[in-house]
Amino acid sequence: MTATQEARMTATQETMATTTERVHNVSAAAYRIRHHALNMGEVQGQGYVGQALGAADMLAAVYADQLRFRAADPEWEGRDRFLLSTGHYAIGHYAALAEAGIVPVEELETYGSDDSRLPMSGMSTYTPGMEISGGSLGHGLTIAVGMALGLRYQGSTARVYNFLSDGELDEGSTWEAAMGAHHHQLGNLTAMVDINALQADGKTETVLRTEPVTEKWESFGWYTQRVDGNNMAELLKAFDNAAAQAAAVGRPSVILCDTKVGRGVPLLEEREKAHFMRIEEHEWQQCREQLTAGYEGTASA
Amino acid sequence: MSTTTATKGTAPKLKTSAMIASFADPGQKTASAPFGHALLKAAQENDRIVGLTADLGKYTDMHIFAQAFPERFFQMGMAEQLLFGAAAGLAETGLVPFASTYSVFAARRAYDFLCLDSAEPNLNVNIVGGLPGLTTGYGPSHQATEDMAIFRGMPNLTIVDPCDSIDIEQAVPQLAASEGPTYLRLLRGNVPTVLDEYGYTFELGKAKVLRGGNDVVFISSGLMTMRALQAAKALAEHNVDVAVVHTPTIKPFDAATVLAEINTDRLAVTLENHSVIGGLFETVASAVVTAGLGKRVVPVALPDEFLDAGALPTLHERYGLSVQRIVAKVLAELG
Repeated sequence: MTATQEARMTATQETMATTTERVHNVSAAAYRIRHHALNMGEVQGQGYVGQALGAADMLAAVYADQLRFRAADPEWEGRDRFLLSTGHYAIGHYAALAEAGIVPVEELETYGSDDSRLPMSGMSTYTPGMEISGGSLGHGLTIAVGMALGLRYQGSTARVYNFLSDGELDEGSTWEAAMGAHHHQLGNLTAMVDINALQADGKTETVLRTEPVTEKWESFGWYTQRVDGNNMAELLKAFDNAAAQAAAVGRPSVILCDTKVGRGVPLLEEREKAHFMRIEEHEWQQCREQLTAGYEGTASA
Repeated sequence: MSTTTATKGTAPKLKTSAMIASFADPGQKTASAPFGHALLKAAQENDRIVGLTADLGKYTDMHIFAQAFPERFFQMGMAEQLLFGAAAGLAETGLVPFASTYSVFAARRAYDFLCLDSAEPNLNVNIVGGLPGLTTGYGPSHQATEDMAIFRGMPNLTIVDPCDSIDIEQAVPQLAASEGPTYLRLLRGNVPTVLDEYGYTFELGKAKVLRGGNDVVFISSGLMTMRALQAAKALAEHNVDVAVVHTPTIKPFDAATVLAEINTDRLAVTLENHSVIGGLFETVASAVVTAGLGKRVVPVALPDEFLDAGALPTLHERYGLSVQRIVAKVLAELG
């Protein structure tokens, strides 16, 4: 056995030994992200809280486990890039940036207020750690292709992550980018798709049928995994698989994450699903209590 | 009507394909692919310059750069949204991309990607649009008659409408050096060399007086500056003395230079290879009104219509861009 093999073996054993702890830690980050999102939602009285709660586990997996960054230097050249394509998920992203220490937690209460660095739709020109101005859907993956090309050309080992939603699979540009990433063999690119099966006008299957999603990405040449996006152990395993085959030149990777809008807050999970969820003033505290009770129940189990 | 009947007793009809490669006049001095060579030269001096195209490398003179720097050239396929999204991504990593396609596709098809991904974050993305205005006989699918009208409303975007090979050669390194996104109305293939006779140099953001004249002042951009100079010579034979002011940068516009030339008793005429809506004429008109000058300005521009297919000389004559039509219009204005 060579020294390298031995080191790998040790690393594997350590990973296995710490899996429970790792899942626990990242789940704790997801809980805090959800908590931040509820607080921000309360400031606005409404907002994309449902999406933030649904995607919190994906965001936690990225910021608390995968992404290379320096909280004090968000522009650090060697950082991995996380591109939020769905601008309206900014509420969740800000919560993750606070969890990561890039945005102060106390600043979150300015969300969506005049002169805030945290506008309702995410923009790179406003917020540290926000790489692109998303919001016009279907842009993120095209920009990610250029970033991945540019980083590779300059010899960087940084990876590019693009967060997109299943609604963005309606956009032709997403598939232009999917072809481009495969054509250029961007092994440094990972896409993560939040499949909450909900769009502005209703359920995805009634708005524009995107399934079979897995087969589509596979046929476009991507290394494709589909997981329960609210199961942290599954998510981390998928990210590990993607990382294991990441390379300067290779297949781009996509993690398709089935998530539940409002996840972690039964009151909202059970409410009629809406793109823009209405929450009454007295319900916010109830939401937080349900979130904490659920998290503590799971954590102690 | 049969072709035979149509052409009987007249000169053979011109063919659309005859004028695809170049709008140069027969025997005119030209330079081959000035954009491609200028980009190559700029890239030799600046290793951050990269090139990309949407399946139109050979048709936008980008192939010259691609052959010299294959590792710095990215073929994005016939996918213009990807082309410009990726250009923004490349710029985000500190590179200086030049991304080429036809003007119709850049302006009409990929506007959202240019606007939000490059212009809003003010990235150094350089859009290179082939076949601007009426420089192809293929009809509305290829004729970008309203590209400047579309692009002028985009904040942060610099718009350059070059006249000839000199303009293009000198503009490319300045576009690469300038901050923020730019749009170059590309002239490709064998491009006329005109401005070398006027002691001219291209300066981004500046209008230049190419010749003085007492009776008329032409304000022109793009290939219409070449026509303006030719028309000025022709009008001299009618004892009409014409000044020509070339405004290759449409945005930001050098209003100071232009207004100083317009604010005289001379007949003021704008000349552009673009719709009369939203291009040079309206740029000049708004500057004139803003300055409070009660001055009439006469436009030579394409009509607000979808234009015909056909041979370029036929179409330029039909829509008023030919030297002959310019001369006739000025003489009519002067009465």
